Amino acid sequence: MTQTVALTGNTAVALAMQQIEPDVVAAYPITPSTEIMQSFATYIANGEVDSELVLAESEHSALSACVGAAAAGGRVMTATSSQGLALMWEVLYIAAGLRLPIVISVANRALSAPLNIHGDHSDMMGARDSGCIQLYAETAQEAYDNTLQAVRIAEHPEVRLPVLSGMDGFIISHSIERMVVEDREAVRGFVGPYVPHHPLLDLAHPVSYGPLALPDTYMEHRRQLVEAMRRAERVIEAVGTEFGARFGRTYGLTEAYRLEDAEFGLIALSSAAGTCRVAADELRARGMRVGVLRPRVLRPFPHARLRDALGHLRAIAVLDRADSPGGFGAPVFTEVRSALYGLPSPPLVIGRVFGLGGRDLLVEHVTEVAEALEKALETGEPPEPVDYLAVRE
Amino acid sequence: MVNPEPLGWRRIPEGALILEPGNAVQYLTGGWRTFRPVLDRERCTDCLICWIFCPDSAIQVKGGRLLGFDLEHCKGCGICAAVCPPSARAIAMVEESAFQDRAEP
Repeated sequence: MTQTVALTGNTAVALAMQQIEPDVVAAYPITPSTEIMQSFATYIANGEVDSELVLAESEHSALSACVGAAAAGGRVMTATSSQGLALMWEVLYIAAGLRLPIVISVANRALSAPLNIHGDHSDMMGARDSGCIQLYAETAQEAYDNTLQAVRIAEHPEVRLPVLSGMDGFIISHSIERMVVEDREAVRGFVGPYVPHHPLLDLAHPVSYGPLALPDTYMEHRRQLVEAMRRAERVIEAVGTEFGARFGRTYGLTEAYRLEDAEFGLIALSSAAGTCRVAADELRARGMRVGVLRPRVLRPFPHARLRDALGHLRAIAVLDRADSPGGFGAPVFTEVRSALYGLPSPPLVIGRVFGLGGRDLLVEHVTEVAEALEKALETGEPPEPVDYLAVRE
Repeated sequence: MVNPEPLGWRRIPEGALILEPGNAVQYLTGGWRTFRPVLDRERCTDCLICWIFCPDSAIQVKGGRLLGFDLEHCKGCGICAAVCPPSARAIAMVEESAFQDRAEP
């Protein structure tokens, strides 16, 4: 039965895993995602889940165990954060290259040094080009819903790629939220049985995983992976639509707010989008027509969807909770600006890095950026294209 | 000794899996060779230690008798010559450029 409950983002994801009941979960604990595995281990200890839990000695080993289990033919999940995801890094590429549909839940956190355990997208941005699909949840509800959808997206025959399913560390992972959880049988019905593709344990049809591919074949394999990533766009939308039909919460590649008649746009991933919507409402009350776009998916990057949604705007501020030191702007900024380049009269696009290491994004920070855009259009003087929010000089 | 044109990305097996067991024979690696093993049949005692050690299964044997080398797959590593017992020394590694029919990479 559908229930309204109060859960943290972490326990919501753990409940989703309990309902999915993957064949194998291999993990190593790290803040702020520890509670996911702690809760999931409790489900196992209580006999509520029959999954095989592998307690690895590191995240590198945890994801390696996931790769082995997935190649063997199991439905496989894990969870991590920050340094843990960084330690999984080389195995992420292997999981993607072998086309193994592993679901990796990530409570997004900053990377050391200096040591910091708080919300920041630098961990998943570091895995941006690994070939894993990347979902960013705004709320605990969405983190739960994305976990269920991630299984379907990852395992879809047109896709077969790992999914990194992120939520903001602490801001979402540790905040208790009023949310809806679905009936376990309904979840099982949505997720469906897993039909592995060329499992190693199918002894009647032997295959080899992980051979050498020299310069004469490597590039074809990578090109093929790119195509799977492109097809994932349609699959993510279809799965989000089906999820909506079943459970009443529909998801797409992006989420737009008051954009139709807007002149100015604010773009942010994850929980910061809510702050942007409040700022947009405040600015509209003052007569400034502001809308918000939250990309829910960073890989595959929904560039065509962004062009359609943003092309009519006059100016856009992209807010990144991660940076690319020495680059011309942070990851979401560069991607958005690149997507809009080539439009007949593209909007002015600026990038602002905010909230590194879990620093709060306040509504006034967002309104300040929007007002800078407005002033730039009035005066004709372009603002700093790439800058930082709320950092002390 | 040239490999056939490999498949394009639309048809190449997903995840770089090998779906057909034993298909390494279709992939010719003789062109990797810098040194070619040359057998002195008169010195060879057919002990077949080279056959045991060859990492490319390139030692050709019939009826317990060493016939020669599969030069389409031999990479010229020289292990056969190295493991050939000192009392026999039946295999010499000769630079590939010395041969008229040398393998093209």
